[in-house]
Order: sequence, then C-alpha cells, then structure tokens
Amino acid sequence: MKINLPEEIEKLKDLQAGDFVEISGTIYTARDAAHKRMNEMLDRKEDLPFEINNAGIYYVGPTPSGDNIYGSAGPTTSSRMDVYTPRLCDLGLKYIIGKGRRSDEVKEALKRNDAVYFVAAGGAGALLGSCVTKAEDVAFEDLLSESIKKLTIKDFPVFVGIDTKGRDIYED
Amino acid sequence: MSKVISVNEVKEKLIAEMKNLCVVYPEDVYQRLFEAKNNEINDRALTALKMLEDNARIAKEKNIPICQDTGMSIVFMHVGYGVCFDGDINKAINEAIATSYENYYLRKSVVDDPVFDRKNTKNNTPAIIYVDYNDTDYVEIEVMAKGFGSENMSAIKMCKPAEGVKGVKDFVIDTVKKAGPNACPPMIVGVGIGGTFDYAARLSKKALLRELDTFNPDSRYRDLENELLEEINKLNIGPLGLKGNTTALKVNIETYPTHIAGMPVAVNICCHASRHIRIQVR
Repeated sequence: MKINLPEEIEKLKDLQAGDFVEISGTIYTARDAAHKRMNEMLDRKEDLPFEINNAGIYYVGPTPSGDNIYGSAGPTTSSRMDVYTPRLCDLGLKYIIGKGRRSDEVKEALKRNDAVYFVAAGGAGALLGSCVTKAEDVAFEDLLSESIKKLTIKDFPVFVGIDTKGRDIYED
Repeated sequence: MSKVISVNEVKEKLIAEMKNLCVVYPEDVYQRLFEAKNNEINDRALTALKMLEDNARIAKEKNIPICQDTGMSIVFMHVGYGVCFDGDINKAINEAIATSYENYYLRKSVVDDPVFDRKNTKNNTPAIIYVDYNDTDYVEIEVMAKGFGSENMSAIKMCKPAEGVKGVKDFVIDTVKKAGPNACPPMIVGVGIGGTFDYAARLSKKALLRELDTFNPDSRYRDLENELLEEINKLNIGPLGLKGNTTALKVNIETYPTHIAGMPVAVNICCHASRHIRIQVR
C-alpha cells in the first residue's frame, strides 16, 4: 500500500498494525538531543522549530551525505523518545517512524490523537537513505547528525508498528 | 629479540582496511544472514530479510554505510612478546579512527562526557582499546564498529555457582527476549562467562569478534552455543522483530576461570550489522 503524508493523513485511520506501507511526502528528523531541546522549548512556552500539527517525525541520525543527497539513514531505537512523545502527539504529531517497542503511554497518546507509529528496517540505512529525495536544514545544526532536517521521501518502506486503535505489531 | 614496529605503518594499514568496515558485511555474517530466508515462511520475515539483502547491495554499489550507526570503535590489540613500538600506539590507533570516520563519511557518534556535557567529539574517538599479549613477533589489531541499539540491550548478571548451566541459559534467553526488536535482529549473541564483573563483559565482546563458523573448543560449551541458538530461534522474535525463525545467527561463548564464590555471565548483543576488520603488522 502507498500513502502520501501529510496529504493523506485521513488514511492513517485505515491502517492496521503489520501492514506494509510505502510512504511518500515530508517528515522531520529528530532523535534524542533534538527531542530534549524541543521539550525544553515547550517548557519555556516557545514555538517549536517546525509546525508540529499534522507533521511526522523520523527518529534518525544519518551518516554524512558525501556526494549523495542523504547518507545512510535507518531508524534508531524509539523507546528512548518515549518520555517526549505523548506531549508531541497531543500537539498534533501524526506519524512517527522508528524501530522497536513503545511504552503504554505512547500507545495511549497515539490512540487519543489518531496517530500512527511506523517501524522501518533497523540497519537498512543505505536502502532507506536512498528513499530521501531532498533534505533541508531546519534547526539545531550544532547537533550534527542529530539536527532537525525536513526530508522529502519517496516510497519509504515501513510496517505499521502501532495503529490508531493501539494495536502493536510486536505483540501476539 | 625485539622487533620494532612503526606506529605509522599500523595507522596507515588501519585507515586502508577501514574503508570497507561499515560498507560491506563480513563474509561469514553475510552468508548466515541471507541463508536465513530458507528457514522462514512468514511474509513479514521474508520481506525484512529481502530489505536487508537489498540494503547490502545498495551499500556496496553506492559505497554508503550499511547502517547509519557506524558505532563506537572497539579495538582488540594482540601484541607479540617480541614487539616494541616506535611511538604512541594508542594515539596512532585513535588517529586512524578519526581519519577514517572523516574520510569515509561515517557518523561521529561519540560524546565527550556521558552525563553532563554530552558534546560530540566530532571524530568518533576515543576508541576503547583492549590489549593482550601472546608468543609471537607481530601485532594483530581487530577493530569493531559497535552500534548502540544492540549495545543498550546487553546485560550482565553475577549468577550464583549453584545456578549452574540452567542459570546461564535462563539469563541469556531472558536478555535476548528483553532485547527483542530493539537490538535489530537477526542478532549475534556474545556470551562471556567467568572471570570478574568487568572481565566477563570483556569476554562477551571478544566473543562477538569470533567468526560465526567457529565454535568454542570445549565440546560442553560448543553444545551450549548450539542449544542456546536453537532456543533463541524458537522465541519467534524474528528478523527486525517482525516474528519468524531467525532471531539470532549465532551464539559465541568465551570463558575464563573465576572465583569459588561466583559465576559472572555477560551477554553482549550485536545487531545483524556486525562490522569488524583485522590487520597484522609484522
């Protein structure tokens, strides 16, 4: 199945945990350090570096791109972001790409906000990085590979990890 | 009789060999990983393995790292008794790593202070360097790019001697279960048993460097390696944690004598991107 995001955000509700999906569209990169900073910005009542409502986040810290558009770029372990995710979902974050299990708090937040957690192939950085057709700087460039970038992706292969009903691919 | 080895030669050789460290799977890992599809029937497991196969091909063709986590550099240096270096060998190794991470577009993933500053050192150093000695007149250096998705799921337990082999098995299986999808299976499981708290952990790392077609020379531990692998592959974690029969490619066990009161067991997990190279300088 193919989906364009955020254009077809309404279709997220039709997805089921375990479905194989190819995503095209835009997504922002953020992992540990960028999440920590965004959380501190929210504590200080500042605006986030990008519009979070109806947006998506990819947990990735790529290798330097060299001569390519983007470097090796597989997902990092999502559970380290669990403490920050519910707050972002409540602000309108609608889709996330990462890998591995999520906490019950994250599952509840996804359900509450009709958001979806996708899982990509851990350690398939060369394949996933080649699905990035454009990468633009957004914020925190001092964080190097952990900076926030806006990515344009094409047919990015993922499985639905947790759907809007809270069903989980990793559970029986 | 001592033999002088040039640290500069070590450095240059390391830089040359590290070109492929993060781009190409070691042959033994590649073989096992892609033979795994013969044991899978579930669609998702097959899709997962197919993605990893495509990924390996794209990485090689485009010269991009297999995985974006190009790891922290772990070095095992085996030094002959007859060897002496003409300079600072630790510095030479760290320089080789810094140069390689810059020149080969690898991700710099090391922060200077673990708790407070967490500032990127911008060259992936310092490496972790283990040294041992043997009865040769050359130096052998192994470098591993160790990803932290799997490192974070590793664990150690000071088992009681009375727990015996069952204690070892239960702890290994339990650690793999907890690691599940987070450790990027199919994984390689390095087990260090004996020694002390710290030495068991070192053994478990050393176990990850042993080729996957080798076994512990003691038949009791070889059998344990096989039994553990079989049990782990019944856990139905599967490739990338999407269920299936291939959760681990191999269990390697290394042991050392220990104290009458103890039986330390360390389990170091490595993801399928088990990347390491070896050089010798004579």
